[in-house]
Amino acid sequence: MPAERDFVLWLDAREQVSLVELSECAGLSVAQLRELVECGALAPADPHADEWVFGADCVVSLRAAARVCRDLELETAALALVLSYLERIHRLEEEVRDLSARLGGLRP
Amino acid sequence: MKYKDYYATLGVARDASADAIRDSYRKLARKYHPDVSRDPKGEEKFKEIAEAYQTLKDPEKRAAYDRLGSGYQPGQDFRPPPGWEQQFRREGPFGDGGYSFDDLDLSDLFASIQGAGHRGARSRASMPMPGADFEVTVRLALEDAHRGTQVDLNLSVPEADGEGRVRHVPKNLKARIPKGASDGQRLRLRGQGGKGARGGRDGDLYLNIVLDPHPLFRPSGHDLYLDLPLAPWEAALGATVEVPTLAGTVSVKVPPGTPAGRKLRFPGKGLARPGGGDGDLYAIVQIVNPPELGSRERELFRALAEESRFDPRGHFSGGKPHAG
Repeated sequence: MPAERDFVLWLDAREQVSLVELSECAGLSVAQLRELVECGALAPADPHADEWVFGADCVVSLRAAARVCRDLELETAALALVLSYLERIHRLEEEVRDLSARLGGLRP
Repeated sequence: MKYKDYYATLGVARDASADAIRDSYRKLARKYHPDVSRDPKGEEKFKEIAEAYQTLKDPEKRAAYDRLGSGYQPGQDFRPPPGWEQQFRREGPFGDGGYSFDDLDLSDLFASIQGAGHRGARSRASMPMPGADFEVTVRLALEDAHRGTQVDLNLSVPEADGEGRVRHVPKNLKARIPKGASDGQRLRLRGQGGKGARGGRDGDLYLNIVLDPHPLFRPSGHDLYLDLPLAPWEAALGATVEVPTLAGTVSVKVPPGTPAGRKLRFPGKGLARPGGGDGDLYAIVQIVNPPELGSRERELFRALAEESRFDPRGHFSGGKPHAG
């Protein structure tokens, strides 16, 4: 019987995806992903490994960045910029969620 | 079939140049793209803009659209003029001659037309086509995220039939969400998206989890935060109080002299984590005064005020601030 991982993937840093799997998820070619790694917009867990793997938490930003670039007809070079901004937004949203939870009733 | 005015959607004249159409699309897309827009209707607007652009940017599709005529109001029922489908027939949608416009959406009709961008793409007809990915936001109660649950999803998705005709169809899905979801977390369910064609893989279903606000608990990742109100005398003298958790109430001893804002940690009483183990629960002490004081309570507070040498603002005049 196939493992749950074969069907369900939590898109967080705990899980990892291969280069091919990331290409499938993001709708980007392996060459485009390699380009993103080369320009530092995307970081494999171990850049020196024979087979790159990535934290699955990058999938959401990557899918969104790819969608924005496709829909707005942006160059591939813009993808790296959009990706870094989206990741920054996601990090800030997480921080806001965390601070809101901590503040709770202490908020004015 | 309902008429849509693609030129009006993009805010351009019917004789606008290809460059003007592209510029207007880019401007509107930047404003309403669902990944960047905060407009609650952004996604809907963007779909309309993208649909209009997909047709008008392609010279052949634009010509086909123009031949539909312009004397209709948006939303008005209409049929293409006689001979229209023969003129724009391609190997896909109109090949069988038995095509009915009645149950068609204009976007599906034009999505089916092989435009200029597809010249020479005939060989692709035999290539595997992966199914579409679906992406939906799912709202869950905190308790359901903790235990895992099954959700019913009602989607409207594009679906191509055996002859390449695309139309939107309702699709009902049951998705099992394993325990461990947190607010803002995404989940990919492999193969639960659109069906692949000609041996292509099935698409995936992406779930964006949003937790409904809970009256007591506030999630941060898999940790939970809870306000723990204490009466001034409970905080000063210490007390044993009942604290709610997702697994029922637990008793906790609040030490004497507990200040407001102090965090009490309950290990493993937060939300379940996907890989096993649970987050923690933090109860944050709040010191709450009675909304109204009875005469005896007022008397006791006055006596305390006269007796106590405590100055909570001593540091304003050079002393050390009090902890907490």
